[in-house]
Amino acid sequence: MKRAITINVNGTEHTHEVEPRLLLVHYLRDVLNLTGTHVGCETSLCGACTVIIDGQAVKSCTMFAVQADGASVTTIEGLARDGELHPVQQGFWECHGLQCGYCTPGMIMTAAQLLERNSNPSRDEIRHALEGNLCRCTGYQHIVEAVEYAAKQ
Amino acid sequence: MAEKYVGRRVKRTEDPRLIKGLAHYVDDIRLPDTLHVAFVRSIYAHARVTNVDASAALEAPGVVAVYTGRDVAEKVGPVPCAGNLPDLKIPDHRVLAKDKVYFVGHPVAAVVATDPYAARDAADLVVVDYDELPAVVDAVTAAGEGGAVIHEQFGSNVAYKLTAGEGDIEGALGGADHVIRQRIINQRLAPVAMEPRGVLARYLPGEEELTVWSSTQIPHLLRTQLALMLGMPENKLRVITPEVGGGFGSKLNVYAEEALLGWISMQTGRPAKWIETRRENMQATIHGRDQIGEIEVGCKADGTVMGLRYNVIADLGAYHQLLTPAIPTLTGLMLSGCYKIPAIQINVTGVFTNKMATDAYRGAGRPEATYVVERALDLVAAELGLDPVEARRRNFPRPDEFPFKTATGLFYDSGDYAGALDKALANADYTELRAEQKLARERGRLVGIGVSTYVEICALGPSQAMPAGGWESATVRIEPTGKVTVLTGASPHGQGQETSFAQLAADELGVDLKDVTVIHGDTSVVQYGIGTFGSRATAVGGTAVYVAIERLKEKAAKIAAHLLGTDAASVFFADGKFTRAGEKKSAAAAAGADPGEVPPAVLPAGQDPAGALPAPDADGKHVSLQDVALAAHLAKDLPPDMEPGLSATYFFEPKNFTFPFGTHIAVVEVDRDTGAVKFVRYVAVDDCGKVINPLLVDGQVHGGIVQALGQALYETVVYDESGQLVTGTLMDYALPRAHMLPWFELDRTETPTPVNPLGVKGVGEAGTIGATPAIVSAVVDALAPFGVRHLDMPLKPETIWRIIGAH
Repeated sequence: MKRAITINVNGTEHTHEVEPRLLLVHYLRDVLNLTGTHVGCETSLCGACTVIIDGQAVKSCTMFAVQADGASVTTIEGLARDGELHPVQQGFWECHGLQCGYCTPGMIMTAAQLLERNSNPSRDEIRHALEGNLCRCTGYQHIVEAVEYAAKQ
Repeated sequence: MAEKYVGRRVKRTEDPRLIKGLAHYVDDIRLPDTLHVAFVRSIYAHARVTNVDASAALEAPGVVAVYTGRDVAEKVGPVPCAGNLPDLKIPDHRVLAKDKVYFVGHPVAAVVATDPYAARDAADLVVVDYDELPAVVDAVTAAGEGGAVIHEQFGSNVAYKLTAGEGDIEGALGGADHVIRQRIINQRLAPVAMEPRGVLARYLPGEEELTVWSSTQIPHLLRTQLALMLGMPENKLRVITPEVGGGFGSKLNVYAEEALLGWISMQTGRPAKWIETRRENMQATIHGRDQIGEIEVGCKADGTVMGLRYNVIADLGAYHQLLTPAIPTLTGLMLSGCYKIPAIQINVTGVFTNKMATDAYRGAGRPEATYVVERALDLVAAELGLDPVEARRRNFPRPDEFPFKTATGLFYDSGDYAGALDKALANADYTELRAEQKLARERGRLVGIGVSTYVEICALGPSQAMPAGGWESATVRIEPTGKVTVLTGASPHGQGQETSFAQLAADELGVDLKDVTVIHGDTSVVQYGIGTFGSRATAVGGTAVYVAIERLKEKAAKIAAHLLGTDAASVFFADGKFTRAGEKKSAAAAAGADPGEVPPAVLPAGQDPAGALPAPDADGKHVSLQDVALAAHLAKDLPPDMEPGLSATYFFEPKNFTFPFGTHIAVVEVDRDTGAVKFVRYVAVDDCGKVINPLLVDGQVHGGIVQALGQALYETVVYDESGQLVTGTLMDYALPRAHMLPWFELDRTETPTPVNPLGVKGVGEAGTIGATPAIVSAVVDALAPFGVRHLDMPLKPETIWRIIGAH
């Protein structure tokens, strides 16, 4: 039995009839065609699917689309404003905070949300905040530097 | 060459699309009418399949087809193995299991539906009847006589035996003052690229063309193999690797699913997509390492190593994937480490077990070798009461001994092992560290310092040493508008060659970085290539780019000379333009022919013969590369017999491998109450030859160290006694996370290789090779007060806590 939901994604309101079991990440990727949000596991451990929902960083593979009914969602595609990269995006670019890029959208969303909470985090605080996001390429050091770069902007 | 870009920390040109979420990995490619595939996989490690009943699945909503092993056995050829060892046993590896399953995750049936959720639902409706058989899980048992046999036709589980090495090993060990024996294990690891595998296949029945988008490191090799497996002409097959979310060797392979998806699209006439789940990735994507060895190392009383023997059982898993049996042979090649060891012997027994195949995982046989030889040097130091640094120093070849021949049959190209060691010791302030350690120990703290001096084999490799060609290709084109296109046969998937190759081209051609585009990973666009693995892309593929540019410039110089009215020897190229040195020669002399012999072009009435032709600068002394490119394409005024167009292709065949090296130093403190390992310092000095982009090199080293650290402290693939995969998700398989790591203090020495004109050695695997022994050595050193000389990885807190508790 499909249910109607209305979700604001990146500033645009969307209304769709969806299956109650449809994961939010699949709603974003397959219904809205916002494929920047990635899936790296099915146990909520890799963080590649992280988006911001009503100001909180959330793993969108562990939430049903119907649970986001009425919510405001920001995905990686909605982070840059008026063609200007978000400071965290800029930091990842400047500091080589990505290699294959697959974990990157989730990392950036998590880091952006960290800076909302704590505009001047220590290295330990950055590492702690990124615990839920796996990266297999960078060894995290350049990611930490990228977040430090963003914090200084 | 004005080096505006090479050698600088240039930020990557590939990043904007990735940080905006606009890049396309396989699952991001959307084709109309795509069918989705879900696999039914074996829940047993070893069983007979007596029946597969798909009737309920076929009734389920959205299901289009279900294919079983019986449906495809005669239709799709076997999964290939490139191993060519003598007497190698190669089981017939079909894309779907037919009569028997050999490991948990072995695909039994493919369910095809209009929606991925529907395919997943219907997969649960396929009823497979199994007769469970005893599972062969332990590799040592598998190597012995008796017990269950996986592939009955071979009579035993031994896939091959191999002895290699040079020198009188019996004499060396017999004549040594000390012989130390130690069991050494390189545990089984999972590569865990963040993007699991994925395949999208589209067959166009009218054109008889099959396009396969796959998350692979080897698009061209995959195309060739898929052509053979599917029995279709290779020139009707196109493999595209879009963005690839990490590989680490796990995508240096040809998998059953890649061929099967192509076949399914050919059967259904619709695009077919399969995206691997992480659970499937843990079960059915290759694993790495898994060597159970015994070493014997003989040394003189002064620490000079006389001989090293490594008897090893390699757990190959149930089937060979592409390079499965070859990995332990790479271990054999690198057993000399960066030491002069007169006699070396490796005895490999490769065995089948009811597990996923092992194959190339970052380092692929070399981390195993480095771990073995570095542990051996530590054991020698411990036996003789030497500082581990001194034990190493006493066995280094001197810089003037290169090219240095090892007892494993290799010629190391260039190196200064003491130079890198000294720099690392200075950066770490080693003497002070040892003094601090002494004080800490007196206060009961468990501080350890580990040093590893490594050498690795890169830039794989000369074709003689490779199963399917060791060269790499490049085409460099200057388009009519002056933009530069580089087509590389390498297949970068995070390493950043879209940037580093553009740096090379921009400097060599005197153009802006943004005017260069590097294209890779499309077999219909790029000339045949080998791919990205074995730290080869820059050393081999970059060299191909470099030589192609040199050839292109030779041609451009001839055209420029023609436009400037002189000969090619009289023009020089700098800052993106050709300049005439000396006076203009007569047109006839410059062209080298009598213009009277050339019939005049037939022109439409009223058209200027020069048309849009580029002209030299007003002084007639300069012509830009862009103008030469346009002239080459318009072809209205070229030197006689000159081919139009401006492109060059080069296939670079290296004469040798390259041998990067370095020193890694780890400083740890072990928590007495919990056994947890905490890092105090991590210092590394790596020498990868000439560096094109230090930012990218740092990134490679960081990532490599963390994968090594994962092996040392956290990661292990565990199968239980019945062959069930215990570490089947990321909840059970422990990967390093951001908060578990030290701050890496990196530095470099730079010893160019003579093997290629760039002097580049390669760096993709250095960290993974150099770091594991340094970290293990540090933890063992921390526990040395308890008499510990060796521990098996991963060094879990529990193991360490029990050692502390027992004292």
